[in-house]
Amino acid sequence: MTQDLATIAPELFLAVSAMALLMLGVFRGRESTGLVLMLSVVVVVITFALVWLAPSTRVVVFEGLFIRDGFGAFMKGLILIGTGVSLVMSWRYIERENMAQFEFPILILFATLGMLMMVSANDLMSLYIGLELQSLSLYVIAAFRRDTLRSTESGLKYFVLGALASGMLLYGASLIYGFTGTTNFDDLAAAFAETRAAGEMPSLGIIVGLVFMAAGLSFKVSAVPFHMWTPDVYEGAPTAVTAFFASAPKIAAMALFGRVMMGPFGDLVAQWQQIIIAISILSMLLGAFAAINQTSIKRLMAYSSIGHVGYALIGLAAGTEAGIQGLIIYMTIYLVMNLGTFAVILCMRQKGRMVEGIDDLRGLSRTHPMMAAAMAIFMFSMAGIPPLAGFFGKLYVFLAAIEAELYVLAVIGVLTSVVGAFYYLRIIKLMYFDEPVEAFDRPFGREMNLVMGVAGALILLFFVFPSPILEGAEIAAAALLAG
Amino acid sequence: MNGWPLLSLVTFLPLVGAAFILTIRGEQAVVARNARYVALWTSLITFLLSLFVWFGFERGTSEFQFVEEVTWIPAFGITYRMGVDGISMMFVLLATILTPICILASWESVKHRVKEYMVAFLALETLMVGMFCALDFVPFYMFFEGVLIPMFLIIGIWGGDRRVYSAFKFFLYTLAGSVLMLLAILAIYFQTGTTNIVVLLEGAGIPPSMQIWLWLAFFASFAVKVPMWPVHTWLPDAHVEAPTAGSVILAGVLLKMGGYGFLRFSLPMLPDATAFFAPLVFALSVVAVIYTSLVALAQVDMKKLIAYSSVAHMGFVTAGIFTLTQQGLEGAIFQMLSHGVVAAALFLVVGVLYDRVHSRLIEKYGGLVHRMPVYALVFMIFMLASVGLPGTSGFVGEFLVIVGVFQVNTWVALLMATGMVLGAAYMLYLYRRVIFGKLTKQHLMTIKDLNWREKAIFAPLIVLVLWMGVYPVSFIDVMSASVENLIGNYEQAIAQSQAQSLAALWPGR
Repeated sequence: MTQDLATIAPELFLAVSAMALLMLGVFRGRESTGLVLMLSVVVVVITFALVWLAPSTRVVVFEGLFIRDGFGAFMKGLILIGTGVSLVMSWRYIERENMAQFEFPILILFATLGMLMMVSANDLMSLYIGLELQSLSLYVIAAFRRDTLRSTESGLKYFVLGALASGMLLYGASLIYGFTGTTNFDDLAAAFAETRAAGEMPSLGIIVGLVFMAAGLSFKVSAVPFHMWTPDVYEGAPTAVTAFFASAPKIAAMALFGRVMMGPFGDLVAQWQQIIIAISILSMLLGAFAAINQTSIKRLMAYSSIGHVGYALIGLAAGTEAGIQGLIIYMTIYLVMNLGTFAVILCMRQKGRMVEGIDDLRGLSRTHPMMAAAMAIFMFSMAGIPPLAGFFGKLYVFLAAIEAELYVLAVIGVLTSVVGAFYYLRIIKLMYFDEPVEAFDRPFGREMNLVMGVAGALILLFFVFPSPILEGAEIAAAALLAG
Repeated sequence: MNGWPLLSLVTFLPLVGAAFILTIRGEQAVVARNARYVALWTSLITFLLSLFVWFGFERGTSEFQFVEEVTWIPAFGITYRMGVDGISMMFVLLATILTPICILASWESVKHRVKEYMVAFLALETLMVGMFCALDFVPFYMFFEGVLIPMFLIIGIWGGDRRVYSAFKFFLYTLAGSVLMLLAILAIYFQTGTTNIVVLLEGAGIPPSMQIWLWLAFFASFAVKVPMWPVHTWLPDAHVEAPTAGSVILAGVLLKMGGYGFLRFSLPMLPDATAFFAPLVFALSVVAVIYTSLVALAQVDMKKLIAYSSVAHMGFVTAGIFTLTQQGLEGAIFQMLSHGVVAAALFLVVGVLYDRVHSRLIEKYGGLVHRMPVYALVFMIFMLASVGLPGTSGFVGEFLVIVGVFQVNTWVALLMATGMVLGAAYMLYLYRRVIFGKLTKQHLMTIKDLNWREKAIFAPLIVLVLWMGVYPVSFIDVMSASVENLIGNYEQAIAQSQAQSLAALWPGR
């Protein structure tokens, strides 16, 4: 029992502190928002330290419900970085936009708790619990500006479609349970390994269940054809919330996707590989072509995120250790680029109002040269141009695809990246080639400059010393497949 | 200088200068002046350092020299490895000499955002030099594609009226080609287990059926870069819209990346596919030489005319490379170097007029010899070098290529020679319209001849053109051992795979 509790120390700490902060907020009232937000950041930092300091050996606790391993630790670290930075970036935003309620940071903490659970799930039950804790919190945050139509609409849309996806996932899980008699990942893996060793096809029910689960998970990572909610939710939700949506939950859902597919269903690669290939190709195509005509930067980022999910899924489609390594590297770099980009977007204010048009970036290199330089770095990186970090993400997923001999997937991937480069270049064109219209309001805030600067430096100089991330991802990938 | 990482110094010194320029603060005019001087001095020092490479280079060996190795990504065995051989060494010098000239050429013509301009040029120099020195696939690819970023900005920010369209076209065309090369590089890595170019040059041992696909992927990248007909259409647009110095670098160095790529990768690593596709390359080269020469004849825009002439001259290069003969290869490399100097100089020549009149249309000029005798002389030297007059660098390259081609296919040689005649036609026609005739146009009445800065720009280029034309041995000496080695390896690989396919036909023996 003590070992059980010691193993879940980060989650436990996060849950208890979130509840304590909730009580603090309730007792102190609305003026406590700043304090709660600050303490939330502290909590996230401590949780990160706990994850960091925990031994990375593989431990399964709570009767096989919960797993702690190197893969989980790496992904949790990313999630907590995403959450922490999003919280810091939202500080000024919620004050200015009349969203300063203490529930905001608390909901984000609960969502993060759900994500940590998802990443560590070792059973279909705990998977579902983590997923729902995360999703329910996210639905509420999406609709957090309940007095505006767009925010509520996006929250409702997210909720309805998200509930549908959860239903599909649950239905798939029930089929899996019905046909195998277990919900535990290790038992499932053993059962499927047996089928494979015997040279038999898994029964049709299991395949149907697998398809349903893949569909539900694709919804959570917003892969085509389950992406419809993404542009609307990204656009409708308050920008600080969008920044959060685009970072931590994406990592968590992708980690879960990887764990489920490579863990319990690892021996059914032949069955699910074609599904992943298909959604990967579709996501890349849609992400590249649909983004071209967007006028809102938030919608553009939504389509861009769909495209990036497609690239990350190439790694999963490979179904190998190199593939998972590629996925982890891709998501790591994506997280940094995304946080940096949203820091820029959060600074887009004219005359005290947020602006979201891509055209508002016109001439940014004249009015705010440093910000434009940072944004240009992120855009070139997202387009995958070396020597920026985004190139390494693409390099590693394509490496995995070529190794797994998925040549068609790789060729489609690189060609869509050329199409995708077009709209990233368009932003650079607006910032550098066009005449300025109107400067953004100053000051941006020290924390915004810090996020932009650090993210920009990390992306620009990643190539100098890439080994820590690459090796960390390698160890994490090995840990996932060791199970 | 032994023990010094000379190539890394040459490669990264411009970046140091760029970082220094970035820190300059203050009033706009002061910043611009300081940025110009820092950029000029940085590039001059870089050039001086690169002279050590020229003098320290041991001729008569095909080994890589000045080799540096630092482990970079150990998990994949990717190493930061730099070194030059007879093929790549002179391209490094070409890049380091053209950069200070470019900076001088934009001294007055670039007036806004001078700081960013100089940073972009210095970054470009780093990437160009690095690309020619890199001896590992991954760093090579990073330099190769990284070039797109500064060039995109140079065309897009400081270019002409249609600069946005041209910048996008340049970027996307080139990117589409090079991403396929990335996949080919990864495939080679899995086939051979290494990205070390030095090892792969000795024979990669890739099965012929796979070579075909890899060759096509490399071809997609290099053919766009060279550029070969029919994927050359980005070049006239990019040249016309780019600022003068941008065109100079584009024509002088960036186009050579394609030819260098063929020499370094397609030929030695994919010999069977090279033999298989050589006729295709010949066909495309002949089309490029004749078709683009005819197109050049019809141009009304001087920059566009020279851009099309670049495509034609690079047609000689590709044809020469795929002859796989000593003369053909040496001619191709020589032609690249010569074109690097001559085309760069011709763009500068046009730039001189553009700075004064702000028009590139031929019809706006005429009779300039009366007001600008020195200019007319300079223009004539480069015009004749471009035509290929004996005594200038253009002759040596084109002559060697035709000698090489003649051994392989007389018809191709014949058509190539026709292209030379057409080349003379459009260049002389251009020269006559711009320089000779009566000086009647009002806006030309007060035009000034070359000033000291411009003379200083052209002087080294004229020296180079004549040196290369009169005494080409000092350049051919550098490359011949490497070329010989390349052909030797190639023939060995072809013989081997023929023996294998014969053995497969008669398994009993």
